[in-house]
Amino acid sequence: MLRFILTKILYLIPTFLGITLIAFAFIRVLPGDPVLLMAGERGVSPERYAEISAQLGYDKPIWQQYLTYLGNLLQGDFGNSIVTKKPVLTEFMSLFPATIELGVCAILIATLIGVPVGVIAAIKRGSWFDQISMTGALVGFSMPIFWWGLLLIIFFSGYLGWTPVSGRISLMYFFPPVTGFMLIDSLLSGRSGAFRSAVSHLILPSVVLATIPLAVIARQTRSAMLEVMGEDYVRTARAKGLPPSRVIGIHALRNAMIPVITTIGLQIGVLMAGAILTETIFSWPGIGKWMIDSISRRDYPVVQSGLLLIAAIVMIVNLIVDLTYGLINPRIRHK
Amino acid sequence: MPVFSTRFLAASTLAIMAAAPLHAKTFVYCSEGSPEGFDPAPYTSGTTFDASGHAIYNRLAQFKPGTTEVEPALAESWDVSEDGLEYTFHLRQGVKFHSNDKFTPSRDFNADDVIFTFERQANADNPFHAYIPGLTYEYYSSMEMDKLIKSIEKIDDYTVKFTLNQPEAPFLANIAMPFVSVLSQEYAETLQTSGSLEDLNNAPIGTGPFRFVAYQKDAVIRYQKNADYWGEAPKIDDLVFAITPDAAVRLQKLKAGECHLMPYPAPADIEGIKADANLKLDEQPGLNVGYLAYNTTVAPFDNPQVRHALNMALDKQAMIDAVYQGSAVVAKNPIPPTMWSYNDAVQDDNYDPEAAKKLLEEAGVTDLSMEVWAMPVQRPYMPNARRAAEMIQADFAKVGVKVEIVSYEWGEYLKKSMEEGRKGAVILGWTGDNGDPDNFLSVLLSCAAAAGGGANRAFWCNEEFSDILARAKAASDHEERVKLYEEAQLLFKQEAPWATLAHSTQYVPMAKNVTGFVQSPLGDYAFDNVDLAE
Repeated sequence: MLRFILTKILYLIPTFLGITLIAFAFIRVLPGDPVLLMAGERGVSPERYAEISAQLGYDKPIWQQYLTYLGNLLQGDFGNSIVTKKPVLTEFMSLFPATIELGVCAILIATLIGVPVGVIAAIKRGSWFDQISMTGALVGFSMPIFWWGLLLIIFFSGYLGWTPVSGRISLMYFFPPVTGFMLIDSLLSGRSGAFRSAVSHLILPSVVLATIPLAVIARQTRSAMLEVMGEDYVRTARAKGLPPSRVIGIHALRNAMIPVITTIGLQIGVLMAGAILTETIFSWPGIGKWMIDSISRRDYPVVQSGLLLIAAIVMIVNLIVDLTYGLINPRIRHK
Repeated sequence: MPVFSTRFLAASTLAIMAAAPLHAKTFVYCSEGSPEGFDPAPYTSGTTFDASGHAIYNRLAQFKPGTTEVEPALAESWDVSEDGLEYTFHLRQGVKFHSNDKFTPSRDFNADDVIFTFERQANADNPFHAYIPGLTYEYYSSMEMDKLIKSIEKIDDYTVKFTLNQPEAPFLANIAMPFVSVLSQEYAETLQTSGSLEDLNNAPIGTGPFRFVAYQKDAVIRYQKNADYWGEAPKIDDLVFAITPDAAVRLQKLKAGECHLMPYPAPADIEGIKADANLKLDEQPGLNVGYLAYNTTVAPFDNPQVRHALNMALDKQAMIDAVYQGSAVVAKNPIPPTMWSYNDAVQDDNYDPEAAKKLLEEAGVTDLSMEVWAMPVQRPYMPNARRAAEMIQADFAKVGVKVEIVSYEWGEYLKKSMEEGRKGAVILGWTGDNGDPDNFLSVLLSCAAAAGGGANRAFWCNEEFSDILARAKAASDHEERVKLYEEAQLLFKQEAPWATLAHSTQYVPMAKNVTGFVQSPLGDYAFDNVDLAE
């Protein structure tokens, strides 16, 4: 097992280097220039342009800029934002918990609903439940997130008045962040009603963010279940007279979960993409919105280091998924 | 469409706000984005100025609410020397700076603070010039304060004399702008002692109507009323900026009572806001212009007759209806009608395709095909450049001119549109910084701006026009300046380097019980005088 884990971790090093290169190149390949964007309609004189570029180090050859960037990274320096002038790592740390909180809730919703729906749809194949849930999953998968979020706000917040429109907690609660996770901080604050307010603010955005992963997980669970239900060992389990709950719960589900867990792991990337839109609609102060703002302003340091940090997290999550995979399926770790 | 019942939530949210102890009157503004920081000098966005300059700080002079007229602020009065080179400011006494948990001022505002404010932007050796790596003072340099100010001298604690290198009438309007908000020199010293210089940006101390309390990026900014304010004290106790980037969501928050006022509604929502009984809508023509700039150095656009012909081919009213959804007025001058010296006597090239065709024939232009550039971004002065370009294409087709629409990424667009020998005409616009006509005409149309790094995208260099501008800039008599700018507008129309398209309307939707909000023609959002009716 240890060997398995170590190999996996070793694989991360070249991946990580590759990402620094891609992140560095990606934002520079895009046309546009941070200095020109800052100057806007007014324009900037060639002398001033040269002055600012030199100050930011963008007058140096590109390979030298990359090496400086790598060198700084090794010393733990992720650079400063061109726009806010603040350290990228500080900004990342202040925004990241909000994204995690939203992402974890979304993946919980997607898994806790998606897996049972998929299992039932597979068992009752062809039933009305199967038809409706799989049509629903198709619709969910194709849902334009921005439109869907706005629709939910207009209906639940505007028309019914059940949930707040946006933000993380009611403005009447004001306490300094301790962990950055609003659910925890609201409990720590000891203010009555704060936790409830934080939960109510979390509902709509996590539902919106969970929509696509939920659809994917439900469909994947259904097809994985259908596949294993036709296997010999399931037929044998049935034949030896086991109750259906054991056949499905132990023999079928455990084997069907292998591809499903991979799917859930892969959804982390999808979540990051969905977070950009969800965070924008719900004024959620997370890293998705931060990244998109920085890309549109060509804030090179934020984009290259932000992408790197996000990629690092996705890789760690994938590593955990791989390890879980090994736990569930002994064949993999013995390979 | 049913009117959504938002009363329950609105009532409950407001009840909670009112019931919270120590938060007697909280005013919530759904702002459109995060400020870049709270030091008003190095940043350039209006969002930052609303959150820092207008709420926390004051300047020597300020714009009278709702106008672009300059009135005294931290300077009670000033004298200008005969030659227009010396400005002596007499400072207000007894003005207190805010305090926070790390700083309590030991003295009132005085001349040292004024000198510090300007000096640290001008002098690269000042420890607060580059106290954060990469800090630059874009407004200070683009308003050419570095070239303009020769010296600043402290006469006594409450008198400061500025000496200029050349007479410059817009100087007073410049020093009313947020980038020269007056900082506390004593606070800076304290920060230097404690080694936390960046707190100048993170924990701002000013003299303004509101005291900074807390900021969480992309979420919320909190302020408290400055009880010692030198002017009329704010009527609200707490001011909150709830940062809400999406216009549709801002509107939902306003309807749900989660905020009291919002900027920049989507043009498509205006009718719905007008129909909502719980909201009111303030509207005012914006201090902006959207235009189509020909390249006047390239044939056949170097011929004013051709430019006039093309301008006559444009149905501007149709464009306003379709692109601005009616919320704009047709532009005939390069400056908007709310600006002083606007020349209403100027005759626009009226829409007349037949006459346009004839004019083109007379100029010997046949089979003309050209590029029209459409900006890739939305701006208040141009909400949908692609659509505008398509309408221009259709209008020009009627007079036999073929148009190819091109577009680039925004930074590229700005750069390429200023490249010499550029083909075709460019859609762009401008929003005023300080309400001075010079801020439109010199920036966008002078000979100096036609060179590299300027913003004269027509590359139109008319010596006579530039000369009028220079004279107006140096003139100290207001009436004389008005006359000169009126003359400049006539000359502009005669030469027609642009097709002037539109001046868009600024809308500010707010809850019915908001009182005292005065829209600024400069597009600033300041809450000194707002109140919430019971």
